[in-house]
Amino acid sequence: MSLTAGTQGGEASAARSVERAPLPDESAREPLVRIRNLYFSRGERQIFSGLDIDIPRGGITAIMGPSGTGKTTLLKLIGGQLRPDQGSVEVDGLNVHELNRQELYQLRMRMGMLFQSGALLTDLSVFENVAFPLREHTALPEPLLRKLVLLKLEAVGLRGARDLMPSQLSGGMARRVALARAIALDPMMIMYDEPFTGQDPISLGVLVKLIRQLNDAAGLTSILVSHDVEETNAIADLVYVISAGKVVESGDPARLTQSGSEWTRQFMQGLPDGPVPFHYPAPPLEKDILGAES
Amino acid sequence: MKSSRQLEMLVGVFMAIGMVALFFLAMQVSNLGTLHTGDSYEVKARFDNIGSLKVKAPVTMAGVEVGRISKIGFDKERFQALVTLSIYAEYDAIPQDTYAKILTAGLLGEQYIGLDPGGSDEVLKDGSEIEVTQSALVLEEVIGQFIFSKAQEGEK
Amino acid sequence: MTGLLARLGRSGIIFLRHLGRATVLLLHILASMGEVLRRPRLLLEQLFSVGVLTVLIIAVSGLFVGMVLSLQGYYILSQFAAEATLGVMVAASLVRELGPVVTALLFAGRAGSALTAEIGLMKATEQLSGLEMMAVDPVRRVLTPRFVAGFISMPLLAALFSALGVLGGWFVGVGLLGVDDGAWWGQMQARIDWNEDLFNGVIKSLVFGFACVWIAIFQGYNCLPTSAGVSRATTRTVVHSSLAVLALDFALTALMFN
Ligand SMILES: Nc1ncnc2c1ncn2[C@@H]1O[C@H](COP(=O)(O)OP(=O)(O)OP(=O)(O)O)[C@@H](O)[C@H]1O
Ligand SMILES: [Mg+2]
Repeated sequence: MSLTAGTQGGEASAARSVERAPLPDESAREPLVRIRNLYFSRGERQIFSGLDIDIPRGGITAIMGPSGTGKTTLLKLIGGQLRPDQGSVEVDGLNVHELNRQELYQLRMRMGMLFQSGALLTDLSVFENVAFPLREHTALPEPLLRKLVLLKLEAVGLRGARDLMPSQLSGGMARRVALARAIALDPMMIMYDEPFTGQDPISLGVLVKLIRQLNDAAGLTSILVSHDVEETNAIADLVYVISAGKVVESGDPARLTQSGSEWTRQFMQGLPDGPVPFHYPAPPLEKDILGAES
Repeated sequence: MKSSRQLEMLVGVFMAIGMVALFFLAMQVSNLGTLHTGDSYEVKARFDNIGSLKVKAPVTMAGVEVGRISKIGFDKERFQALVTLSIYAEYDAIPQDTYAKILTAGLLGEQYIGLDPGGSDEVLKDGSEIEVTQSALVLEEVIGQFIFSKAQEGEK
Repeated sequence: MTGLLARLGRSGIIFLRHLGRATVLLLHILASMGEVLRRPRLLLEQLFSVGVLTVLIIAVSGLFVGMVLSLQGYYILSQFAAEATLGVMVAASLVRELGPVVTALLFAGRAGSALTAEIGLMKATEQLSGLEMMAVDPVRRVLTPRFVAGFISMPLLAALFSALGVLGGWFVGVGLLGVDDGAWWGQMQARIDWNEDLFNGVIKSLVFGFACVWIAIFQGYNCLPTSAGVSRATTRTVVHSSLAVLALDFALTALMFN
């Protein structure tokens, strides 16, 4: 079964790569992240079957797709937390899954990741959470460290909340603290897992601007996973839409909303009817319900 | 979250309490506190039967511990037990003709050696031997003798 | 019949797999011992939550166990007119068996379960993943200090248990039942050997401490990252630790005091 899916995936992506217009600047340079023919499964469930993604340097690349397609899983694969069944993930020319522990940790120090849940250390205050990577990996003197942490907190608008414990934060605040922590070490690349969920319109606007600013000012590469089509389109340079383990469509956001396939249009415009399944794979409803009764 | 100083103090107190408890167990509960660490000299004694006497059992005089048993061997020619007593050096004036007997602490307790001083002017020195000894009381033998003597009384 | 055999085989395989994983984890923990020396503050925090917070329950239990031992022992020994050896009986049972064993059981219930729940929750809330992505080894940063703290705490707690037990027993035996004070301590000192009894007791508590923290940490680290998973892991910690302590105690006693 996975074999046929794989072949189909290969053909489909080959067809698309022809029509994908490469971004003018980036085409000359090596992509920062290069994912080739990625296969990954969780137990019985095949999550990726032949995924190919290039993340160009210096831009914001958005990865979109229906809930449960494996966007979080993809970020974990890039970060080397999960091991693919097949295929390769290269970050800055290094194959993530062939590195030894030390090399992997070296690489991760140059990656920031904003977890979907925030993943703050619950026994440390907001200040200490942001200071944590600095304390672990640098030997900065305390006054300098304090300045750095306060600047990062200022950037996410939470300097005043530095003495709160994570349990005293709202979900949106926690995510912003996590963002401050992710940028504490000034990484070369940041992966944002759903940074926009749970943000009020004001902090949403600030966050969108912040992500853009961080990216442009520090020459970062950003990978953005999000469902928020509007916000994502506003800042992304390149969008990948994945579904059923493969890349369905990719390109710059404007073009994608307008001319993309029926599939993409449905997803980007949030139409309930179309080729994108809203349901997790299941037998037909009638069969399930009637079957349970008999 | 506790402040650094508070934390250090509480953990310090905890470690100290644990150490004190260990020290208490060693010095007050076990024999480490009463263990004799000074010099001692060795004296031999032969017994016909030592019962269940063990190495390290105390050697006492008038109820005071004056040494320990350091070795128990067997004299192949005389078919006797050869017991080596290690007497603490400060008890250096024990008469040569001292009488050694194996006693039992309580009715069923462990056995030890009791010394009864003699009257000689000569004293025990390293390597000397105690000539007069009394064997352990073996319960079965005592009972056996008792029954035997009763039976003899009956015959008369 | 074959179904039963298959089930047996399957659980055997699962057990071996867990044992293998736990061993790998243990080696990883042992290999990152240096961290604890480099950053004593981490150890200090864990000594507080594993050791200091367990002192009270250990102290109270030790006191009462000693008192009960003294009471029970007195009635039996007085039938043989051997009350003088009450101290020996109380101290020997505490130092050899009850001190290490009961302390380990209480430790598993109080500190072990807390360790598992804490680590399990850190896993469930992605804090461990978060550490990994910050290039911080969660084993080195989170597990190793906890392991060392548990290992250090156990013998101290067991000593505290035994010492307070002897004092509690003394209070009941000498204070209330009228056993002679000199006989109590004198007989005890004559018969409790520091090497054979006390030292072996300390060895036991070290072994139990090792087993208890190992189980607690492994269960937390290996649990399903959900609330149900954490709660099951916590229960397993207490059950497995208790069984391990009792089995190890039998083995060690057979080795030491035969
Ligand atoms: N630990 C796990 N064990 C088994 N299956 C998992 C696990 N984590 C995720 N999955 C499965 O992998 C699939 C992809 O999960 P993932 O979290 O990557 O989705 P996602 O695209 O990030 O979704 P969302 O947008 O809702 O966050 C899901 O279908 C989920 O059922
Ligand atoms: Mg997700």
